[in-house]
Amino acid sequence: MSEAPGDFKAVVEDIYRTDSRRVLATLIRLLGDFDAAEEALHDAFVVAMERWPSDGIPANPLAWLVSTGRFKAIDKRRRQTSFDARREELAREMSGSGTDHDVKNDDIGDDRLRLIFTCCHPALSPDAQVALTLRTVGNLTTEEIAHAFLLPAPTLAQRIVRAKNKIRDARIPYELPAPSELTERLDAVLAVLYLIFNEGYAASSGNALTRADLCAEAIRLGRLLVELMPEPEAEGLLGMMLLHDSRRAARASVHGALLVLDEQDRSLWNVDQIREGISLTELALRSGRFGPYTLQAAIAAVHAEAAHADQTDWRQIAGLYDVLLRAGPSPVVELNRAVAIAMSEGAERGLELIDALLARGELENYQLAHSARADLLRRLGRRDEALAAYASAIALTSQRSQRQYLERRISEVQGGSNGVAH
Amino acid sequence: MKYLCLIYEDESIWGKMSPEESGKMMGAYGKFTKDIQASGHMIGGEALQPTQSASTVRVRNGKVSTTDGPFAETKEQLGGYYLIEAKDLNDAIQVAARIPSAANGSIEVRPIMDTSGM
Repeated sequence: MSEAPGDFKAVVEDIYRTDSRRVLATLIRLLGDFDAAEEALHDAFVVAMERWPSDGIPANPLAWLVSTGRFKAIDKRRRQTSFDARREELAREMSGSGTDHDVKNDDIGDDRLRLIFTCCHPALSPDAQVALTLRTVGNLTTEEIAHAFLLPAPTLAQRIVRAKNKIRDARIPYELPAPSELTERLDAVLAVLYLIFNEGYAASSGNALTRADLCAEAIRLGRLLVELMPEPEAEGLLGMMLLHDSRRAARASVHGALLVLDEQDRSLWNVDQIREGISLTELALRSGRFGPYTLQAAIAAVHAEAAHADQTDWRQIAGLYDVLLRAGPSPVVELNRAVAIAMSEGAERGLELIDALLARGELENYQLAHSARADLLRRLGRRDEALAAYASAIALTSQRSQRQYLERRISEVQGGSNGVAH
Repeated sequence: MKYLCLIYEDESIWGKMSPEESGKMMGAYGKFTKDIQASGHMIGGEALQPTQSASTVRVRNGKVSTTDGPFAETKEQLGGYYLIEAKDLNDAIQVAARIPSAANGSIEVRPIMDTSGM
């Protein structure tokens, strides 16, 4: 070992960046406490910085960090509790399993999965699940998460503290769900990843870069989940996220305006993400045990397979929305189905369906229902009605990029161009 | 660890049940109670009289005031409870999900505070 101290610093920093969450996950299991584990993680890296330059880098740095962190935590607890016999007992219990220094790598894998399921426990509020998952499993700091969700950092920190307290006080266990609980619990994990991704994808406001980070983080967590638990819906969700994210570069014009699917320059779509997304989607579909995420991925895959917007297989998309509706009724899915039918069977047919949907009242305040209706009226050349519908849509949106898109449409209709791409 | 499972449901449903239906419900409760006794979860549990029998008591400035009715008027009312011993929250949730009223009402699961060190 001839590395200069500066090199060691880089090595340790590198390990911190790539593996600190894995070490943390195992420390949480061993210590049974989130805060003690975070402290132990920090201590272990401090010791590594001190010792590795003279002792050399251990053969299994992760296991070394886990053992060192655990030892530090037990030592700390012993010293803190030397006057308290009850806690002394606790410390003895913690070190009970002896001095096994070789923490196996598959234990570490399981621990990360345990951590995901604990952070996404349905007994925590969805906001808390998201914050805790990003902070503990993900690689984001509290400040970064707060920034991405446009919240003051103390609010987010408070959320994380409350979640940790509930885990402790209600004794939410650090374990994988039993087979009988798996469906509900996996749904909760998938919902958290979906929320994180959507928050990044909606790009409604805030710093665009940080928003992209949220998508990247959701995808990274999705990959981790698929690697540790290759369930069809986990694959479907990862596929869907990759397929949506593949359009990132094409979604904004050079001036930053939002571009919808049929306006995007498809040569900007990320081919690798599409390939991976489609293969994950096919894998999930072949299992026969897929659900809504896989179906949404399949819809995104149909779009991805069309080299030009007018080659889109809208009939297949409408069919997939039919299946999605059978899985669970949703007016938003009905709206999307109506748009697919408008594209495959004609704007009049789609308009009938959307009018019937709006008449039911559930989507009255849903901006996209009015803008979809406006788009169809525009295609049919019914200019005045289209303008009125765009105005209703604008009244319902506070998202800047959405507003700009709608304003652009209005000026197109007013200018006489009906913008029909087909 | 101890958890209290509070059973909330629309108490008027009991009055709307046929004798056969309420007999079936009572049977389901009897079986559930036996099951959690056998599994070692059961510490205690009772059913409560409807809220029309409730009185709410407060002491303000040393003066007792008693009013008719439950503490809060809600759509679902507290109708009974089980005090259980469970390994952790997941175990407690599994028990709570088997309480017959979980199928139409709601079960609030609350960990009991450990006051032994206070």
